[in-house]
Amino acid sequence: MDFALSKKHEMARSLFKDFAETEVKPLAQEVDETEKFPAETVAKMAKAGFLGIPVPKEYGGQGCDPLTYIMCVEELSKVCGTTGVIVSAHTSLCIDPILTYGTEEQKQKYVAPLAKGEKLGAFALTEPGAGTDAQGAQTKAVLDGDEWVLNGSKCFITNGKVADVYIVIAITSVTEDKRGRKKKNFSAFIVDKGAPGFSFGTKEKKMGIRGSSTYELIFEDCRIPKENLLGPEGKGFPIAMHTLDGGRIGIAAQALGIAEGALERTIEYTKERKQFGRAIAQQQNTQFKLADMATRIEAAKLLVYKAAMAKATQKVYSVEAAKAKLFAAETAMAVTTECVQLFGGYGYIREYDVERMMRDAKITEIYEGTSEVQRMVISGALLK
Amino acid sequence: MKIIVCIKQVPDTKGGVKFNPDGTLDRASMLAIMNPDDKAGLEAALRIKDEMGAEVTVLTMGLPKAEEALREALAMGADKAILVTDRVLGGADTWATSSTVAAAIRNLDYDLIITGRQAIDGDTAQVGPQIAEHLNIPVISYAEEIKIEGDSVIVKRQYEDRYHEVKAKMPCLITALSELNVPRYMTPGGIFDAYDEKEITVWGRNDLKDLDDGDIGLAGSPTKIAKASDKVRKGAGERINFGTAESVEYIFDKLKEKHII
Repeated sequence: MDFALSKKHEMARSLFKDFAETEVKPLAQEVDETEKFPAETVAKMAKAGFLGIPVPKEYGGQGCDPLTYIMCVEELSKVCGTTGVIVSAHTSLCIDPILTYGTEEQKQKYVAPLAKGEKLGAFALTEPGAGTDAQGAQTKAVLDGDEWVLNGSKCFITNGKVADVYIVIAITSVTEDKRGRKKKNFSAFIVDKGAPGFSFGTKEKKMGIRGSSTYELIFEDCRIPKENLLGPEGKGFPIAMHTLDGGRIGIAAQALGIAEGALERTIEYTKERKQFGRAIAQQQNTQFKLADMATRIEAAKLLVYKAAMAKATQKVYSVEAAKAKLFAAETAMAVTTECVQLFGGYGYIREYDVERMMRDAKITEIYEGTSEVQRMVISGALLK
Repeated sequence: MKIIVCIKQVPDTKGGVKFNPDGTLDRASMLAIMNPDDKAGLEAALRIKDEMGAEVTVLTMGLPKAEEALREALAMGADKAILVTDRVLGGADTWATSSTVAAAIRNLDYDLIITGRQAIDGDTAQVGPQIAEHLNIPVISYAEEIKIEGDSVIVKRQYEDRYHEVKAKMPCLITALSELNVPRYMTPGGIFDAYDEKEITVWGRNDLKDLDDGDIGLAGSPTKIAKASDKVRKGAGERINFGTAESVEYIFDKLKEKHII
């Protein structure tokens, strides 16, 4: 069992770190403050190949493994949580299901431009009345000749409005089981921006990851070609769940990056900040807190990397992904809160990065499955 | 078109320079990077490749560790990489280095050679022009813009407050300034290819022809280092907070006091 990264992974990490420090970090505060989607950074990431890292070269990607992609999200998130989630939602939630379930035509048509970063992707499952209870979704799709007609709305959609391609989960039939209980059958669809009847609702004003574009999607007799059904009809729910398993590793990496970034800044700060005549880093309270945080982060990193390796080698990796996301997200929240505490009053001021990082950390415990959902997945496997 | 780019792995001097007790650089304690001027030279070559098609070969002489800089060049888009490494080549000054690199280049076909202007560790700016002398080809140094026109290159050569536009027929050698361009990032896929798909050719002393043993390594280096030092750190300075006229007067007095004016 070797925990050392290979030379190529080390070099990839140094690339992501260099890019994050040079291109992303200088804009992070402004992106948060102005809630502006960092389109220029996304264009630079497209050019550098960051928008198709785990995608085979034949589909326009970089041909790397999930671990490399995860390290990219991690390094970006060390300096800007917003930039991290843009890459994660695009790659894990939009490209991955098309690669996994798409026909050859769908892969050629959609994956190649997405992986090259010519287009941006998003994923739409959540609805106002259906969060953790995803089965409660109401959006429907009906086949009418050569077209599917979608009606309903989706909310809290990351990369909403800025994305060109959307994976949308909708009910395509309702069946009754032997006892007469009704069961919704979902299907997955690829919807292009600009499809007739597809529009955007309100932009959400969020606590953190404020530069990330979060929108409501509205479908009013939205017509899409019949061939844009993704995977078999009626299999939308397992497709969505499998997609989220991958997405959770991305969010776990985002959480890990946020925690690492906050700790880095706090170590610097505690060496400079003097109280009672000496640097607070010389106080044992600070030292113990730093030690606890570093240990917890290392544990989170091992879980996240293990989940990424599981995605590369296993067909099913739900439990690994759930554990990684649960632990990394709770680590991010705990670490950033502690970092703000060590900064004292300055930690509460928006000029200091840790304030933003604490706000950014919170969402990692909520989206792509709350921490409670992760516990359900983990315990479900234990009690099977 | 075939382009050879000569690069050097150097210690990153961003955080200051560290020396061994004998005055040589303590390379082990400093991060190693591709020399910035060389990286600009590589980018210039890759842009020519993007525009008109070219085969780009990167070449370096150094320790086996210098392979990392070659992999980085491959990950940016270079096609081939050659590492010239041998114990007997160690301790080379600019003369021994240029003799060795020129001998390596004689094994290759080329239309254009690009080197960096100078390396941030030695700061001599001699190796590029010396390679051209050994190969008996024209050299244009301090390039801040490179254009290819038929079988010639047209280079804007930096010259104090102006530039010279110099045209030379290929084959020739150009030394690049870091101001020439902003080098591209490696791509993740390029990194994987650099390690999984591409090979680095390794040459030792015996692979280099037409090279006199008296022109290589420490023994073949006429340069003797009397003393090496880091840049002298500036003093902390003095902050004054007067009005404009008063400030000017104060500064003038200080300059007079120090006999500067």
